[in-house]
Amino acid sequence: MRIGIKQWFASGLPWIWLNGAAVSINVIMVVGVLALIAVRGLGHFWPAPILQAHVQGQQQITSLIGSIVDDELVSAEQLRGSGVVLPASQESAKRLLIKTGNRDVTRADFVWVLEQSLRQITYPQELMALERREWGNFYGRLVAIKQAGTVVADQGKQADQEMWQLMQERVQRSLNIYDDIQAIEKGAIGEINHGMERLRLKHRSLELENQLTPLLQAELEAERRQLDRRYTGLQQRLIDLYAAFERDSMIAETMSGTQIEINLSKVVRAYRPNAMTSMAKVNFYMSKIWEFVSTEPREANTEGGVFPAIFGTVLMVLLMSVMVTPIGVVAAVYLREYAKQGLVTRIIRIAVNNLAGVPSIVYGVFGLGFFIYFLGGNIDELFFAAAAPAPTFGTPGLLWASLTLALLTVPVVIVATEEGLSRIPRAVREGSLALGATKSETLWRVVLPMASPAIMTGVILAVARAAGEVAPLMLVGVVKLAPSLPLDGNYPYLHLDQKFMHLGFHIYDVGFQSPNVEAARPLVYATAFLLVLVIALLNLSAVAIRNRLREKYKALES
Amino acid sequence: MRVNMMHAEHKTNFSLAINAPQGLRMEQERIAVEVNGLNLYYGGKRALNSVNMQIPRNRVTAFIGPSGCGKSTLLRCFNRMNDLVDSCSIDGQITLDKENIYAKGVDVAELRRRVGMVFQKPNPFPKSIFENVAYGLRIQGIKKKRLICETVEWALKSAALWDEVKDRLHESALGMSGGQQQRLVIARTIAVKPEILLLDEPASSLDPISTLKIEELIHELKKDFTIVIVTHNMQQAARVSDYTAFMYMGDLIEFGTTDQLFTNPVQKQTEDYITGRYG
Repeated sequence: MRIGIKQWFASGLPWIWLNGAAVSINVIMVVGVLALIAVRGLGHFWPAPILQAHVQGQQQITSLIGSIVDDELVSAEQLRGSGVVLPASQESAKRLLIKTGNRDVTRADFVWVLEQSLRQITYPQELMALERREWGNFYGRLVAIKQAGTVVADQGKQADQEMWQLMQERVQRSLNIYDDIQAIEKGAIGEINHGMERLRLKHRSLELENQLTPLLQAELEAERRQLDRRYTGLQQRLIDLYAAFERDSMIAETMSGTQIEINLSKVVRAYRPNAMTSMAKVNFYMSKIWEFVSTEPREANTEGGVFPAIFGTVLMVLLMSVMVTPIGVVAAVYLREYAKQGLVTRIIRIAVNNLAGVPSIVYGVFGLGFFIYFLGGNIDELFFAAAAPAPTFGTPGLLWASLTLALLTVPVVIVATEEGLSRIPRAVREGSLALGATKSETLWRVVLPMASPAIMTGVILAVARAAGEVAPLMLVGVVKLAPSLPLDGNYPYLHLDQKFMHLGFHIYDVGFQSPNVEAARPLVYATAFLLVLVIALLNLSAVAIRNRLREKYKALES
Repeated sequence: MRVNMMHAEHKTNFSLAINAPQGLRMEQERIAVEVNGLNLYYGGKRALNSVNMQIPRNRVTAFIGPSGCGKSTLLRCFNRMNDLVDSCSIDGQITLDKENIYAKGVDVAELRRRVGMVFQKPNPFPKSIFENVAYGLRIQGIKKKRLICETVEWALKSAALWDEVKDRLHESALGMSGGQQQRLVIARTIAVKPEILLLDEPASSLDPISTLKIEELIHELKKDFTIVIVTHNMQQAARVSDYTAFMYMGDLIEFGTTDQLFTNPVQKQTEDYITGRYG
């Protein structure tokens, strides 16, 4: 029954175990990363209960309202060092991070408290949380509702539930007005601004070419006046809307008992997590997730959604694929099909392979220096003289970012395409040539279609690399907050010269550049999770296309 | 084995194995292709030694010989397929309709349209059956749908494939059997109506039944085309060809009617080969 160690090795069993172990380590790491960012990120949107408690300080007792975000174990020695009095026998204490909000009142919206110093922890139903357009969340109690300065509902007169209902209605009303205002400001006024800018550029270019006749000038002037009139009309409507928007306000009481007035126009969402049923919590969670993926960020990106960043990432990757595929394929076709194989092609191949290893920030620098300053600057001089001195293409933007990433990923496409071309059976090429097709006809009609799955493999690898790249983008077009999407209803619809937002950069920005790190941390995880999801989706769709092509052009069996 | 036997009994019943019409004479044939002093080198190595021959029109000419004797190389000279080999160089002449195909300024694509070729292994394109046959027409820039449809149908019928595939013209050609694929490739080649059809061991990768079909097809096709076939199978050469050339080590050893070459070879080497003493 006993097997010698030698036989055991010879049987290959240890080798199999080693392989299995390597695979499981990989799987555990991938699943671990995904699980971590998913749990940390997605948990953030769940309505956390709001606790009320008294904190036993050294001298006085203060009251506290907020929700627990995090906890950690701290050694007693460390705490004693910072002046906290603890029983001598205690070796460590649990410290809670509590989000108390109300940054406008207390300056800090997170506090650390020792768990053991909390007294009388309760979860009263009437505690409310407000998500606001500025100053972060508010936690406290609703005292009264005002309309145009006069109190319409008061804690003393109305039942709490009734007042809450009333406030929800009014919050909804102000949200509706906000949507109208946004539609006018972003839509109609954006369009007018666009038209104005177009007129200005036309005027300026006519001026530069010395063709500005009085007749033309009058025409432009008339158009401008028409736009102005439309603008004035909209302006009036906006003033009315803003007045209606800011009509209501509420009086709310903070944990320290001070009462503040909050205008309802500042409130995005009001909820009472302690009073919510499970069903309501699930609904709330879903609406928060939807808000996250479909709306614009608020408050220096620490609140709200990341839709512009998703949009920017996807658009940039698509543009990059559209650019990299022809460049890479044409280069590979030349290298493999036309160039005389020899020392020169060998050197070129080595160079191409090495390009794939160049740190991405180097491409960013190159993109900035060559594409933006040189190419963009010259394009501006040649075609956009009217806009000078403001640069059009001579500044970081979507086009240059896509092009830089295309350059970054082109080696991958070249290598994959060459590999694909070299695998097309000679017999098929000869078959086409023997029918009187020229070399280029053979290439276009037979060889390239058959190599298309390999080309797609290259594009998949390129997408995977490009979508995760951040460093070069910071130099060539990504910004913290872009005022509008690069794709809209104004001619020419796709604004290649615009700057854009990107999920990868958003993570960096929220995580490291944000004024409120504690508030932003869950969003870092959530955004990271989303980025992984977006890349996976982009990749999966490319894989699906490749599999279809493979099925269509499955190689000859031989 | 069978060849051996045939040789032993050739006085009595060898004619049974030969399908070719009797009494053909080269002097009476119209000549389709003429090869004059053709030398071919792969790098420094000489692969063909001053070959001279005439391919008669509307006949089947077979090239036989042991592996590496240059029969495929010679065949590939007729449509300049050897141009694709970098190290290959040629001197001498091949005349097609009084024109040297190796002259300067010859349109190679046009030449290949006139001289079609079928390869050893079936090489259909990864397209539908219809598109495979229509490929050559589309290359020529023919856009008329009706003309293409008619030509595809004619080509498939000529290749004796129409009845088998008429209901699945738009399915991938790669789903066909090897024999069907080879007939499809023949249909594809004749669809562009070449003058000469070069067959490079067209049945060597096929089963006996498919081989038989291809051979029957060759019989049919010689009415319309001049056919040159390379085969390593002497029985096949005997069955399908009118004229046979025996090559050895880059030399054209003997060329004559199939009947004469198999029953009464002039050269000792030819006799040795067809009796199976080497090869």
